[in-house]
Amino acid sequence: MVKLFEGKVALVTGGSTGIGRATALAFAREGAKIIIVNNSNVGKGKETVSMIERAGGEAAFIKTDVSNAGEVEAMVNKTVKTYKRLDCAFNNAGVGDVMALTADLTEEEWDRTININLKGVWLCMKYEIKQMLKQGGGTIVNMSSAIGLVGLKGSPAYTASKGGVIQLTRTAALEYARLGIRVNAVCPSFIATLMNKRLLANEPELEKTIKTVLHPVGRLGEPEEVAEAVIWLCSDKASFITGHPMAVDGGYLAQ
Amino acid sequence: MTKQFKGKVAIVTGAGMGIGRATALMFASEGAKIVAADINIEKAQETVSMIRNAGGESLFVKTDVAKAAEVKAMVNKAIMVYGRLDCACNNAGIIGEAGSTVDCTEENWERVMDVNLKGVWLCMKYEIPEILRHNKGSIVNIASVSALVGGPGIPAYSASKGGVIQLTRTAALEFARSGIRVNAVCPSLARTPMGEGAYHAQPEVEKARLEAHPMGRMVEPEEVAQAVVWLCSDAASFVTGHIMAVDGGFLAQ
Repeated sequence: MVKLFEGKVALVTGGSTGIGRATALAFAREGAKIIIVNNSNVGKGKETVSMIERAGGEAAFIKTDVSNAGEVEAMVNKTVKTYKRLDCAFNNAGVGDVMALTADLTEEEWDRTININLKGVWLCMKYEIKQMLKQGGGTIVNMSSAIGLVGLKGSPAYTASKGGVIQLTRTAALEYARLGIRVNAVCPSFIATLMNKRLLANEPELEKTIKTVLHPVGRLGEPEEVAEAVIWLCSDKASFITGHPMAVDGGYLAQ
Repeated sequence: MTKQFKGKVAIVTGAGMGIGRATALMFASEGAKIVAADINIEKAQETVSMIRNAGGESLFVKTDVAKAAEVKAMVNKAIMVYGRLDCACNNAGIIGEAGSTVDCTEENWERVMDVNLKGVWLCMKYEIPEILRHNKGSIVNIASVSALVGGPGIPAYSASKGGVIQLTRTAALEFARSGIRVNAVCPSLARTPMGEGAYHAQPEVEKARLEAHPMGRMVEPEEVAQAVVWLCSDAASFVTGHIMAVDGGFLAQ
């Protein structure tokens, strides 16, 4: 059976841990060569590369601050230099909130969250799309969130950044729909990642609310469950899907 | 590689043509046994033959999804012959007569609602208890982009599909902890007998609509089938109550 991404190159930002790592591994399982991008956790990023190589795949690591235009441009250039092309991108790098109400959030926290989660996605698309246009097409999935579509108390900057990602996704999807580039977003609810485990360690009440109220299925999602949605959206099987915010949320948004 | 629906049984309503047929064929190619339901005997039997010729297993059940007794009989037949039910694509639907909210007749309204909305409810009503026997399964209802934005000239269709979305969300919430996932797919104008007939009397409307479409083309039935089959697969294990657009960006505008 031919693998879904044989001969293709996929870039995953925030590929060191959690959903990014799970997605990189899923892309690699389906035959893609992988560029792992991360800024804060180089060790874990290289670990993802090793995991792919051990499974017989090809991968390389590029350290990048996605909120810095020069670094993002270099990231795409290095990708093309390494593997000659860029077919799929999962713009996943992001930071979580320190839980703080709108009136209590500091400007520093606001700027950090918006710069990485929202400006970072725009910058990644800006340079990825230029390369994809040269090749005649490609697919992009941006990491949004279920709380890009509904509010969450104590998460003003994060929810705003993820709502912005959905609108960026729709706009880019419309702009490049006839040029062979599809752009979609995934909207996970609470997934059992390192980022969320850290958050929930300090917020035991929130964890209880997730399992009893927010998630109709009664559990947190697994990174691999989001990864499956991302690689499916990037595959030819989703050839008519663009501009779509796909929930991977155990029914959270259906309530 | 093991086929992902090997040993599983799927019901597809409206399996005689278009999206229903494409979905039935795709499920079958992934190893599922198919119960092909339709009111169109000839067309549905053709789908069954296509599946059998490709080495799959399928049976036909003549079903008017608007009639409870027939839907019940459809599910009973699936259980009687194949012993279980794992997946369902509740797809049977009609576009109804073209006409504005003022011109829509009560007869047209009731017929469209009976097939498109009551039909989906009845299917779920009888499918869910069978899936609950083994606490794992997945249902996909076919809605439409016209469920989420207005459908000028097709008020009953549009309202019925909007209802399908809410039925989907409600059933998803009710059975989330029982291992049943329920999702809906919203295609835009499809290259099917129904889609191609939708603007039969108004080719200029169809042309304008496609020009305004981000991808500028109709959706192929196989592209909708891919979404249905993926949503029913274990790869979508955390996806429920979701309204998935297969619309080439139509709703992003």
